[in-house]
Amino acid sequence: MTEHIVSFSQVTKRYPGKLALNNVSFQLPRGRIIALVGPNGSGKSTILKLIAGLVRPSRGSVTVCGKKAGRRIAGEVAYLSELDALYPFFTVEETIKFNAGLFADFEHQKAQEILHFMHLEPDKKVRHLSKGNRGRLKILLTLSRRAPLLLLDEPLAGLDPLVRDSIIKSMISYLDLREQTVLMSTHEVSEVEPALDLVISLGNGQIKGMEEVEKIREQYGCSLVDWMKETLAK
Amino acid sequence: MMSRTFNNTQPIYLQMIRRICRQVVRGELKAGDKLPSVREMAVQNGVNPNTVQRVYTELERLAIAETRRGLGSFITEDEERLKQLREDLKNEQIDTFIKDMSETGFSAEEIVEGVRQKLLITKAGRV
Repeated sequence: MTEHIVSFSQVTKRYPGKLALNNVSFQLPRGRIIALVGPNGSGKSTILKLIAGLVRPSRGSVTVCGKKAGRRIAGEVAYLSELDALYPFFTVEETIKFNAGLFADFEHQKAQEILHFMHLEPDKKVRHLSKGNRGRLKILLTLSRRAPLLLLDEPLAGLDPLVRDSIIKSMISYLDLREQTVLMSTHEVSEVEPALDLVISLGNGQIKGMEEVEKIREQYGCSLVDWMKETLAK
Repeated sequence: MMSRTFNNTQPIYLQMIRRICRQVVRGELKAGDKLPSVREMAVQNGVNPNTVQRVYTELERLAIAETRRGLGSFITEDEERLKQLREDLKNEQIDTFIKDMSETGFSAEEIVEGVRQKLLITKAGRV
């Protein structure tokens, strides 16, 4: 087992007409909850997609659990897309069964516990769920996997405060940090702050800062939001 | 349960240690009482489980709590240590208060007299 779960070495990602990541290198430790913060278009989603193997770097290399990132590592990475990726014609229960069939590490028992925790109705069709409950169902599907790395792209975006709170709580309750690591992109920085270990600040396709959240409070005597503003102003 | 809020200028683990110490001094947590598991504590407070682990490790280092393998963390049964903790917290609060008052320009006599008056009024008010 390698010490770092994710390693970026001089990674550049170019989309037609846009430089999404510019020569980025960093490593992520295991067993932590890590946030990617930064303005829209700073490269957060690109980093998550590169790790998930959904896009390839234009230059440089990305390794996950010591292996080159790509479709082959799909079994080791649970990816929550910022897009609505649920089938509207399935019920909640059918969606869970469908995902259990897709992923060998899916834990049905855990899914049932989270279902209960989230007060989701198993017989309801996805198309009839509120946006908040679709957000809850998406996090349920991700947290029910025993994958060593969970990638969450904007799991809190556009959801009301109660739903955001239930999603953060479910993460704390159902993650196993002895075996799992979370990397999430978010704009809801102050809300998620108490749940974090590490934070990475991104701007213009580059890493502007990477620090332990407790250290930010201890050394800089400021909140994550202040630190973020400071790093991005550099 | 509602998550409790934390201030932004101090590490969360220190704020949690403080809260637990105050609970001990107030008698809400007694010698030998079991502390919630790391996960329970994390969920109750809405904080990272690694942070709670650090809280328990620090409390153990301070001899305020002890971890029993497979059973969890408990408040120490060493009454002397708890008495000491009570004294320490008291002195810490008084020191902060005196420092503040001195810096604002009050003499020792004024401070003592002011506190005495205040306490008398509070006492009378309660009766």
